[in-house]
Amino acid sequence: MASTDLVHAHAAPQGFIRKYIFSLDHKVIGLQYYFLALIAVFTGMFLSLLMRIHLIWPTAQLPLVGEIKPETYLGLLTMHGTIMVFFVLTTAPQSGFGNYFLPIQIGAPDMAFPVLNMLSFWTTFVAFVVLISAFFVGGGAPLHGWTGYAPLSALPNAGPGQQLGADLWITSIAIFCVASLMGALNFITTTLDLRAKGMTLMRMPLTVWAWFITAILGLLAFGVLLSAGILLLLDRNLGTSFYVPLVVVNGQVMGHRGGSPLLWQHLFWFFGHPEVYIAILPGMGVASQLISTFSRKPIFGYRAMVYALMAIGFMGFMVWGHHMFMSGMSPYSAFAFSLMTMAIGVPSAIKTFNWLGTIWGGKVRLYSPMLFAIGFVSLFVSGGLSGPFLAQPVLDIPLHDTYFVVGHFHLIMGVAAIFGIFAATYYWFPKMFGRKMNETLAKVHFFVTLLGTYAIFMPMHYLGMAGQTRRYSQFTEVAYQTKLIPLQTFMTYAAFVTIAVQLVFLFNLFWSMKKGEKASDNPWEATTLEWTTATPPPHDNFGGRTPVVNHGPYEYSVPGAARDYTMQTDPATAPVD
Amino acid sequence: MGLALLSIIWLITFVSTYFFAAKTWWLPKGVTVAAPLIDHQFSFTYIVMGLVFVAAQSGLGYLVWKYRDRGQARPVSYSHGNTKLEVLWTALTAILFIGLNLMGSPIWAAERFEPAQAGAVPVEVTGMQFAWYFRYPGADGKYGATKPDLIDPSSGNEAAIGLDPEDAAAKDDVVTGTMFLPVNRQVDLSLRAVDVIHSFFVPSFRFKQDAVPGLIIQMHFTPTEVGDYEIACAELCGLGHYKMHGMVKVVSQADFDKWLAEREAAKQ
Repeated sequence: MASTDLVHAHAAPQGFIRKYIFSLDHKVIGLQYYFLALIAVFTGMFLSLLMRIHLIWPTAQLPLVGEIKPETYLGLLTMHGTIMVFFVLTTAPQSGFGNYFLPIQIGAPDMAFPVLNMLSFWTTFVAFVVLISAFFVGGGAPLHGWTGYAPLSALPNAGPGQQLGADLWITSIAIFCVASLMGALNFITTTLDLRAKGMTLMRMPLTVWAWFITAILGLLAFGVLLSAGILLLLDRNLGTSFYVPLVVVNGQVMGHRGGSPLLWQHLFWFFGHPEVYIAILPGMGVASQLISTFSRKPIFGYRAMVYALMAIGFMGFMVWGHHMFMSGMSPYSAFAFSLMTMAIGVPSAIKTFNWLGTIWGGKVRLYSPMLFAIGFVSLFVSGGLSGPFLAQPVLDIPLHDTYFVVGHFHLIMGVAAIFGIFAATYYWFPKMFGRKMNETLAKVHFFVTLLGTYAIFMPMHYLGMAGQTRRYSQFTEVAYQTKLIPLQTFMTYAAFVTIAVQLVFLFNLFWSMKKGEKASDNPWEATTLEWTTATPPPHDNFGGRTPVVNHGPYEYSVPGAARDYTMQTDPATAPVD
Repeated sequence: MGLALLSIIWLITFVSTYFFAAKTWWLPKGVTVAAPLIDHQFSFTYIVMGLVFVAAQSGLGYLVWKYRDRGQARPVSYSHGNTKLEVLWTALTAILFIGLNLMGSPIWAAERFEPAQAGAVPVEVTGMQFAWYFRYPGADGKYGATKPDLIDPSSGNEAAIGLDPEDAAAKDDVVTGTMFLPVNRQVDLSLRAVDVIHSFFVPSFRFKQDAVPGLIIQMHFTPTEVGDYEIACAELCGLGHYKMHGMVKVVSQADFDKWLAEREAAKQ
């Protein structure tokens, strides 16, 4: 193992700009990512609110926005998906919390490449600004959805929003890819090279394992999306034909010849499916960490958890074709993709069993971080069990591109991952800001959000079975779908309540920074390294000390020990490992 | 708090399962040869997943309640896991998931690996922003040539798909905006799209297939009941995606022949 001398020790900066804006400190950068994701998630949520209103009251005159047209609806849909997937689900759990806590949890003074780290945040920020600017150009935001299927995405005359808006959308994603590649390199190098003495790989917290494997996925996936995006820009602006064959748009013969619309889908989903795991693996890490901590029990099957993460990461690259069963791809390859997809359910199930096994026989402290971790498991199970339907090509025939799919991925990739972010926020807030968040508000937030998200997303499965197609801006044109409007109306009301209670979270977050109850250095009586240092941690994380690790990450209730948690840095006398 | 959490998780589980089990919202009645096979696989998957769902959720709720910290001095079981259990549930899950996959595979193979039977009714489907057109090759059994520069969506039917009037094989081609099919005969479907990707979705047929520019995709199915069925576009194709719908009219062989003859006559 390399030593921590590899990091260029950089002195704590003094000026405001170097300290808070162009900071090299991984903790500040982590918070910058977190607050960027916070702005993004409320933006994305606001867009979904407009969508839900439009679906039920298509001609409503909204304050400021006016009446939402079908093309505006599709623009909202594209931007909602893109913002949520890239700037929330990729940004907060991995870049935000990973940046802040990965170095501390392995006993490093900073990331391996602090300048690269700063650069990757500001690149992400630019990507976000470019994306949002698509709303304000002629034609507005693109209407091709977050998956941007060609030829729709490649043809500027295929609809409003497909001109400059679509170019900005692709450019934003390409910039985001570059930022993510820089971040991934940093995470991988830091994990491999900067671990403190005694922090063997099999003593790393499961959060670190999750961030590490997520970074590897990011390194392999974002490069492909970057290339795919550049080719799409060429098709759009330089007349190449990577994705577009001879097509006739509204009677006009376009100049493209011989391109393949399926090529875009292959490249996009080669990134897109690993991206699902990029969003959820950090949540799995957080759930593991919290369930062990708050059950006061070692994690059940630590090694199995690590191997399951690896298996999910590895197999995650071999299942992308399950998005394409109906695409015209060879029906023979559907067999292979289907089998692999069913197989990836196995490590996911192992993780669930092990979370339950950890709670079993424990002494469960139901503080707000633990509530959200339990919520994560519940949502992960619910969202996961609709997977084996969609993974079977023959069942995908009725379900593909219906609300069943929308319900499936919102539960498992959207809401479960968001619960992971909430759990992490409530858990690490005391370390980041030196105060606890208000527990009563947190519990209100938890119970309403859990019920609310189920009320929004569970009915989507029913709608999908009944054949409700997704990405429809109105349900009035197809007779069998108009019958489903009452259920859609219920979901919109559920969304109102769920969105409203997020304001409670927002209030709690900012109020607690100033007024929350002061927190000790280790308020949850947890074992990992971030709880051994000051609150908030000093510039070099450990105040000049270099931690030495003697124990595994989850030594709770060790028989014969003086207290029910043995910290990783405690002397090696306790009978462990 | 443990009880509240238990109640909420059980409530969510009960309500979700109730609406699945009561089939309040369900697949529409299936009217093709493949539909009952697909529905059987669907129901089986659904029962298995339903059982796992109820077991996992109620187990989760029960465990957090049962093992909640009540401040008592009860010892916590110090354990790092159990390899035998890990192997057991890994094996069980693998058998379950792979088994489901294998069960469904023959249906998929029958649907997609084999070409249409001889004597199947040939119909070509063309998707464009935002309409479906259906072409019948006429007495010669051959689709006439189409030309991209002849495509004129505003004129509809033959002109919309760019049928070349100079081509002899095109003379007896019939193009319509509503799909007519004879009952109990296999349909030999050719799917095309002229501008962007569309998806031909008939929920009652348990049939869905993308129509992709640059490809002609061959599919087949056999409707088994006379009636009118709705087509919905299932792939986002632009601002009119939500209104790109159509109708399939499944009629008796005699009615089908009569309708086709009338359309042929109208062309001459």
